[in-house]
Amino acid sequence: MSQPFRTEKGGRIDRAAEISFTFDGEGMTGHGGDTLASALLANGVHLVGRSFKYHRPRGILTAGSEEPNALVGIYRNGDQTPNLRATQVELYGGLEAISQNRFPALGLDVGAVNDLMSPFFPAGFYYKTFKWPKAFWDRVYEPVIRAAAGLGKPPKNPDHDRYGNLYAHCDVLVIGSGPAGLAAALAAAETGARVILCDEQAELGGSLLSEGSATIDGKLAPDWAGETIAALGAKDNVTLLARTTAFGYFAQNFVALAERLTDHISEPDPNVPRERLWQVRAREVVIAAGALERPMVFPENDRPGIMLADAGRTYLNRYGVKVGHKVLVATACDTAWQAAFDLADHGVEIAAIADMRPNPPDALQAIAQARGLRVETGCVVTGTNGRKRVKSALLGRIVEGGVTSAGDVACDALLMSGGWTPTVSLYSQSRGKVVWDEAVGAFVPGVSVQNERSAGACRGVYGLAATLEDGYAAGEAAAKAATGKTAALARASSNGADAGTGGVLGTLPHDRNASKVKAFVDYQNDVTAKDVKLAVREGMHSIEHIKRYTTTGMATDQGRLSNLNALQIAADALEKPLIDVGLTTFRQPYTPTTFGIFANVSRGDFFDPVRKTPSHGFVEEKGGAFEDVGQWKRAWYFAESGEDMHAAVARECEVVRKSVGLFDASTLGKIEVVGPDAAEFLERMYTNPWKKLAPGRCRYGLMLNDAGFIIDDGVIGRLADDRFHVTTTTGGAAHVFATMEDYLQTEWPDLDVWITSTTEQYAVAALQGPKAREVIAPYIDGIDLSAEAFPHMSVATGTFNGVPCRLFRISFTGELGFEVNVHRRHGKMVWDTLSTEIEKHDGVVYGTETMHVLRADKGYIIVGQETDGTVTPDDAGLTWAIGKKKPDFVGKRGLARPDLVAGGRKQLVGLLTKDPKIVLEEGAQVTKLAKPPAGTPAEGHVTSAYFSPAAGRSIAMALVKDGRSLKGETLNIPMPAGAIAVEVVDPVFYDKDGARLNG
Amino acid sequence: MLLIHCPYCGVDRPELEFRCGGEAHIARPLHPSATTDEEWEAFLYLRTNVKGIYAERWRHIHGCGRFFNAVRDTVSDKFLTVYKAGEPKPDLDALARDAQKGETGK
Repeated sequence: MSQPFRTEKGGRIDRAAEISFTFDGEGMTGHGGDTLASALLANGVHLVGRSFKYHRPRGILTAGSEEPNALVGIYRNGDQTPNLRATQVELYGGLEAISQNRFPALGLDVGAVNDLMSPFFPAGFYYKTFKWPKAFWDRVYEPVIRAAAGLGKPPKNPDHDRYGNLYAHCDVLVIGSGPAGLAAALAAAETGARVILCDEQAELGGSLLSEGSATIDGKLAPDWAGETIAALGAKDNVTLLARTTAFGYFAQNFVALAERLTDHISEPDPNVPRERLWQVRAREVVIAAGALERPMVFPENDRPGIMLADAGRTYLNRYGVKVGHKVLVATACDTAWQAAFDLADHGVEIAAIADMRPNPPDALQAIAQARGLRVETGCVVTGTNGRKRVKSALLGRIVEGGVTSAGDVACDALLMSGGWTPTVSLYSQSRGKVVWDEAVGAFVPGVSVQNERSAGACRGVYGLAATLEDGYAAGEAAAKAATGKTAALARASSNGADAGTGGVLGTLPHDRNASKVKAFVDYQNDVTAKDVKLAVREGMHSIEHIKRYTTTGMATDQGRLSNLNALQIAADALEKPLIDVGLTTFRQPYTPTTFGIFANVSRGDFFDPVRKTPSHGFVEEKGGAFEDVGQWKRAWYFAESGEDMHAAVARECEVVRKSVGLFDASTLGKIEVVGPDAAEFLERMYTNPWKKLAPGRCRYGLMLNDAGFIIDDGVIGRLADDRFHVTTTTGGAAHVFATMEDYLQTEWPDLDVWITSTTEQYAVAALQGPKAREVIAPYIDGIDLSAEAFPHMSVATGTFNGVPCRLFRISFTGELGFEVNVHRRHGKMVWDTLSTEIEKHDGVVYGTETMHVLRADKGYIIVGQETDGTVTPDDAGLTWAIGKKKPDFVGKRGLARPDLVAGGRKQLVGLLTKDPKIVLEEGAQVTKLAKPPAGTPAEGHVTSAYFSPAAGRSIAMALVKDGRSLKGETLNIPMPAGAIAVEVVDPVFYDKDGARLNG
Repeated sequence: MLLIHCPYCGVDRPELEFRCGGEAHIARPLHPSATTDEEWEAFLYLRTNVKGIYAERWRHIHGCGRFFNAVRDTVSDKFLTVYKAGEPKPDLDALARDAQKGETGK
């Protein structure tokens, strides 16, 4: 038989299904139902990894998600997933696993020199050793430490798996499917309540699956579990979720579950997501998370082959695997004795049961005697030997004042038990405060903060019968609280798996040289008892400091295995009671959770919506470049063959000023303001006066916040006495709308006004240039387009090619301009029509870059470019836009604040470089001197800079301290290659009197 | 993910549908021009920012769009009550006492 440590019979594995897998390239076999850990153990493999800091050989310590040592990488689809716990990895045909943190090989690892050097790596050695010289921080220390420490390597390729998401509601969520969880689910389901039962393991049943002889209702515990689960599964009101970890307990009974759907399948269906996130809102939660066995802290307690006693029992009873041929059981409590008995019953030689208690229960000793087992009482393990697997253990007799040697014992596995620690992680995540329970000898849940209750071992209720009872009671109470309903349920009675006594915290006494031996507290982070004591000696007296200084409890189990031992060691060193040292808080996630499940479907195209304009297809066909503006894709420029961006923009600019250009302005924010008080509302929201604006006319609107700073601008047209068409900047649309709603709803609810966002309703095509009227005229009906009837800043309704339109005569270029607003569904028709029509007039289509240059020619600001949230209308040269006679508008009082009326504010000016070819860098600082001394504050900064074909030279705008008083003066723009001299000018570079606008 | 009760819709909805709007009951002065610089500064910037029971504005932005007020315990993140815009500020101390009673009654 190829699996030398497999039992003859028993266990829940499928012995008929033999499965091949590899570990570090070596072929092995296991069975269906195995985990990678149980299959490795069946093959006699204990050494599975090297430790984080000292590179010590490490074996499998547990049988569950708390596993600190057996972290492996799994290869799949040409990439690897690192740091998976072998105890959770289910075996499938062809599984390829590798060990981690070793070089060149697991058995021979050069990093193990760290172990010999360990006197130089005490707790906090980073802080002490790598301080000097500073130049070494980035170049030497960090790369070397990163290469030497750490575990698995991250995957190289993007995650090609899919992840699903599901929202669920239930009356009772039961977390954990051991005896307490099953009983709670049964009791709650009986009332008709909607129940979700989840468990992180592949098979539901929890600790019941590891029982050898205990019975419930006369059936073996695993059989009862199987029948119960089948009965629950048959109920319509119950959802069973195996392989599903409740990893986060959030506010208001919102619990996040991660369901693993395909990791255990050899060739998964590509249509099935790898994992599914369940976002569960439960009326009541029953936490039945069980308890974890504590390791014992004795010297060399980390050799491969040393394992928790209950894990050894689980491998035997559930997986049909003997953890060794000659097993030493070291314990401080009763439950480990059962592991020895079960192993002995399967023919495993028990080297000894070494119980540190002087008088373990007589009943246990009698059973051991009946099986002929050697029992040592008052006896501890004081050390172990064996390089890649434990070969022998040193025993010590506890005597008055110390320990004396009691010889050594040969063994190939050592099972230990320091007692049990209730798993309070989820309770702690629910913001409950744990309390110390002297009888249990551990922290247990205190008062519930949310609608939850703990049941069974996770609250210190041990023993099968008591756990079942506690589960029934919790399930009943939860269902009653959730639905008000109760039901009579016949409760199962059990026999066996009684609660044990005993347990130990902290280090065990020994007769070895304390400065030479390592007794590990936190296996994954390589923290020893010495490290914790050192941290206390060096002044870390709070457990939060000790934790961070030593990293104890900071491994993936968050200290579920190690915390109580570490606390006791710290308490002893501090000479304080353990409860005064305190416990650190458990946080989400309960176990490591994939990034994929959080990102879920919000990846790639689904990460953020893409908003497209009606001209999008046209731009693509024409090979135009796109610019991202928020979520919008806007045409940036349209390069013809051989042109770069600058050439294309220069051509587009020239053509617009000479004949005509077409621009897609659909992204502009649009808000319809309607109602008897519409004008009054705008009067208060914008700086400008609106009441006297005649229907059919438009006005530039400037919006401030109440502090007096510019937050948005746009043209507003009055369509009727009670109806305005407001436009906003593309990026400000949502914020402006929200701000309007805010004032309307909360400050002026008396105003009779409705506001509606119409950004998505209207597509906008802007025609700009001297021939704009000729281009558009053939398609417009119902509007007299003559300069007299429809002058600059007019709006009217009519039709474009037969479809209703709102036509604006406005300009953001300084040229004659029209903007056609049609229903979005006609946007493409308008665009196609006009883009064809302009060809007859030698026109161009243009994008945002040309739009920017053309507006800069005219000194028109762009909110967010010339302004940054600290710019007032006067700073921007927009005092003319303020309705001075208005008693109030948003920002009016702010403008009178002392800092806003004081001198020395930065004002918008134009800058002309002495060399007309040089285009300044936007954002560059402006100074008086070409080489200002270090520490000189800047006078301001460049906000916009372009090459302007209309001006025939470069132009720029800048915010400069007292800039308007500096006109004609020379300032400097210091750059790495030397300062650039500039002259301060008026920020209008083209057609200063606006003659072209009125064409 | 908090569940928040919208007093206009009359339903509990997930936090995603809402946006917090800062401290409630900070009314914009009716005649801003008549305020002193200190008064205007206080209106613009000064908030109580308490650790504990806090009345704040929320907007059901992805629902009915309405602003309403809520009293929330900033320590526990629990909503003690919600009420419509324009309704008077509740007695926060009384709400805190009731909440305390609810806790200990559990």
